[in-house]
Amino acid sequence: MAVGLPENVFLTRLDAAANWARSNSLWPMPFATACCGIELMATAASRYDLARFGAEVMRFSPRQCDLLIVAGRVVMKMLPVLQRIWLQMPEPKWCISMGACACSGGVFDSYAVVQGVDRFIPVDMYVPGCPPRPEQLLAAIIDMQEKIRATGTVMGREFMARTSPMGPSPFDADELLRIKDASFVQLGGLSSPMGSVPRAGGSNHG
Amino acid sequence: MVDALELAARIGSPLTESTFRDNRRMDVAATHILPLLTTLKNDFGFNMLIDLTAVDYLEYEGARDRFGVVYLLLNVDSGERLILRTAVNLPEATLPTATGLWRGADWMEREVFDMFGIRFAGHPDLRRILMPDEFTEFPLRKDYPVKGRGERHNFPVITRAGS
Ligand code: SF4
Repeated sequence: MAVGLPENVFLTRLDAAANWARSNSLWPMPFATACCGIELMATAASRYDLARFGAEVMRFSPRQCDLLIVAGRVVMKMLPVLQRIWLQMPEPKWCISMGACACSGGVFDSYAVVQGVDRFIPVDMYVPGCPPRPEQLLAAIIDMQEKIRATGTVMGREFMARTSPMGPSPFDADELLRIKDASFVQLGGLSSPMGSVPRAGGSNHG
Repeated sequence: MVDALELAARIGSPLTESTFRDNRRMDVAATHILPLLTTLKNDFGFNMLIDLTAVDYLEYEGARDRFGVVYLLLNVDSGERLILRTAVNLPEATLPTATGLWRGADWMEREVFDMFGIRFAGHPDLRRILMPDEFTEFPLRKDYPVKGRGERHNFPVITRAGS
């Protein structure tokens, strides 16, 4: 080299060196609450072999992890647990929201299911699918590594800019829909959105 | 096969019997559900409570009562099954507990309480079992909206700056 460095010495930025180390040894925290968790297990198992990307050390203690993988639907009773796990993870940390349920509530648009974990914790990467195939999760982890390499800083300055959760739909739109649905039930006691359509099986009731 | 007439005579209250496929079902007044369960367990060998659940008949065609509480019994020795239903109404939807007969009724009654708000007098520990303790509604009642009343949005938001 022109500057006359001795062998086995190279010049780099501290940020790049830190990113290189971090991105190649992600320690996932599996938050597997439903069927997506099975795909997560498959991803880590021998056939798909997450170890090829340096992220095979699943830890069940959040204190040892830096990548939260939310796999499955999160209900309102579980959300405080998820938030606490996120808070217990040391910086720098990232979050992958895996599957339609974790990203948006999926088909479970009910009173108990949180409509996307990104409303309440920060999410860096979304994986669509129901469930996503292990390849998709692998792709997400590779993208995550790319993101860390591209934006990471040794002191975690890149996190300062991201101060709000980036949810897919604002609360208001969802709340309006909900109130519209609810008003059918409340209007005049017995009126229903079905009008006077007879219910099947009514004659079975004694 | 237990005889509905004989049962009715024992508990001193009429029973309405019906069948669907091979299910035998009996309707009983709420005041007589506990004597009926006791008789069935002690004298007719229905030693297993398979399930205890409830139905909300709000807006149900031809329904006279708000809730039906359903007991599924099994006689383990003979394989005979029996389905009992009793009606409760608001405002004080209360039934006697079956935990004295079957210990397994404990969590099932808690679930019915959690989902429908039906109370079981004498239950040792009538708390919510599925929903969080601070939840105030009964989600399986038909006048509760499917999407809830915004409880699922009621959480602090954790941002990058705050974590
Ligand atoms: S996205 Fe599909 S596979 Fe994943 S948790 Fe939801 S329902 Fe299950």
